Amino acid sequence: MKPTVRPDPFGGELAPPRTPPTARPATDPAKRPPPAPRPGARARRLRPLVPYALLAPALLVLAAILGFPLYRLVSLSFQRYGLRELIAGKGTFIGLQNYRDILGDPFFWTVVARTVVFAAVCVGLTMALGTLVALLLRNLARPMRVLVTAGLVAAWAMPTLTAVSIWQWLFDFEFGIVNWLLTRLGVAGYEQHNWFDQPLQGFAVIVMVVVWAALPFVAITLHAGLTQVPAELEEAARVDGAGAFQVFRHITFPMLKPIFLILATLSTIWDFKVFTQIWVLLNQRPSRDYFLLGIWSYSESFGVTRYGKGAAIAVVMVVLLMVLTAFYVRQMLKAVGP
Amino acid sequence: MTRRRLARAGYNTAAVLVLLATVFPIYWMVATGFKRGVDILSFEPKWLPIPGTLENYRTAIGKPYFLQDVVNSVVVVVATVLVSLALAFLAALAAARFRFRGRAALIVMLIVVQMVPLEALIIPIYLMLDGAGQTDRLAGIIVTYLTFVLPFSIWTLRGFIVNIPEELEEAAMVDGCTRAGAFRRILFPLVAPGLVATAVFSFIQVWNDYLIAYVLLRSPEKQTLGIWLASFTTNHGTQWGGVMAGSTLFAIPAVVFFLLVQRRVVTGLTAGAVKG
Repeated sequence: MKPTVRPDPFGGELAPPRTPPTARPATDPAKRPPPAPRPGARARRLRPLVPYALLAPALLVLAAILGFPLYRLVSLSFQRYGLRELIAGKGTFIGLQNYRDILGDPFFWTVVARTVVFAAVCVGLTMALGTLVALLLRNLARPMRVLVTAGLVAAWAMPTLTAVSIWQWLFDFEFGIVNWLLTRLGVAGYEQHNWFDQPLQGFAVIVMVVVWAALPFVAITLHAGLTQVPAELEEAARVDGAGAFQVFRHITFPMLKPIFLILATLSTIWDFKVFTQIWVLLNQRPSRDYFLLGIWSYSESFGVTRYGKGAAIAVVMVVLLMVLTAFYVRQMLKAVGP
Repeated sequence: MTRRRLARAGYNTAAVLVLLATVFPIYWMVATGFKRGVDILSFEPKWLPIPGTLENYRTAIGKPYFLQDVVNSVVVVVATVLVSLALAFLAALAAARFRFRGRAALIVMLIVVQMVPLEALIIPIYLMLDGAGQTDRLAGIIVTYLTFVLPFSIWTLRGFIVNIPEELEEAAMVDGCTRAGAFRRILFPLVAPGLVATAVFSFIQVWNDYLIAYVLLRSPEKQTLGIWLASFTTNHGTQWGGVMAGSTLFAIPAVVFFLLVQRRVVTGLTAGAVKG
């Protein structure tokens, strides 16, 4: 880090001028008591240390609770660490064996593909529907707009666990209102229909829970962004004969592109590691058909006590997520500036 | 003109659909919580909870360990928020107000660290706490929550402090205030809303957690309210009234706090703060 050109606001420039040392009355150096440290001298010497002192507590705690577990995660992934090792408190180094195991397991590729597709569907739906709702909000008269926004905020505020139990109840096989509605609409086969029998249908419900909870944030943020787009630009395009879609494609979208990118990356981060929704919706016993990377890692470690393998899966998950979000990190660093 | 009116009708219809999709699930939860058992378990849905009952709430509150779990949740949340706020405030002050060697590295680290999913760290954290005999203890879980609340809080608070002009403090010092005095009299009151907002963000995150409490807390008298609620849900097909009453109770604190800071969330999340 280069030394700053900006004056330190708490630096010496603003401090009251101190008496220069020559102003001291001259006395016989032999009889003089040992010089008392001048006020401020010590403080000035210590000043460069102040930021480090302020940072120290937080950094120490972070090193202990984040740095060390990260290191442990990686080292665990190179170890056999089962029940016996848990009791002994020490794993056995086995090199890349865990990674060879998972990469050689066809199930691994199924889970990776499933996780990526699941996240892509959730992000795609959230972004598409969120955009539509944001555009809709702009076209509503004020009372209606306030009403819809209030609804969005209410859904947004729901804790994940609450949202999960609500949707579990809506999709209950016996008394759930969704089955009732479908039956009422004349769709055959939805009386006493269990949505989680077939993974594809089960995932449809899970996607719905995720999108329902994520959509308000995207819609409200995009709507806030839309209000910044000058109406004249869009009007001009319309006068030139552009259709609604073309206006969006060539005027609105490019202007909101930074917001879109940030929202899409944030959604990717959130949807890639979905755990609670699946775990609780399936009563804490999801079958292997419902495993995503996070759940698989969890069940390898805590279900069948193969912590080493579970850690290897977690490392793969972190690496994948890092790759997917590298872009976002770059954007943020740019925003913070050098 | 008719075309215009048609468009307006179309927009309003869409708005009503969006409103239904967002609000109906919540309404259904609240309504079910007040319904009698026979009205919940009926093949023909009852749209209004009339005649209503408080029986479900009595069931939910009367479930074993409810009050104990409320106390646990409050202890865990308050301790996590206070510790992280104190540590984060000092660190954010350094990151926002001082130039020092390693500042850039610190900011990069704060951003990257927030990308590490806690879901992946739960294994080593569990083993560490297990080795230290701290699983199934509130202290262990408080420390674990700090892993994600602390980086996030430093980041958010830094944003708040950066937005307060340094000139205000400089002016105070020209007028004879000491450096510490300028912090206390000028910066602190101005950053107080930021502190409150950060505390509320942290509160919501910790309150809403499920995975960590589920892994770390085993005995029912040590659990937090989220686990209590999820264990309720496993009684599949029964007691939907109790589940919905419990879910409502669980949601109330989160909703109240969320409404306090909702406006800041949009700017906060898009301007830098990351996890939700």
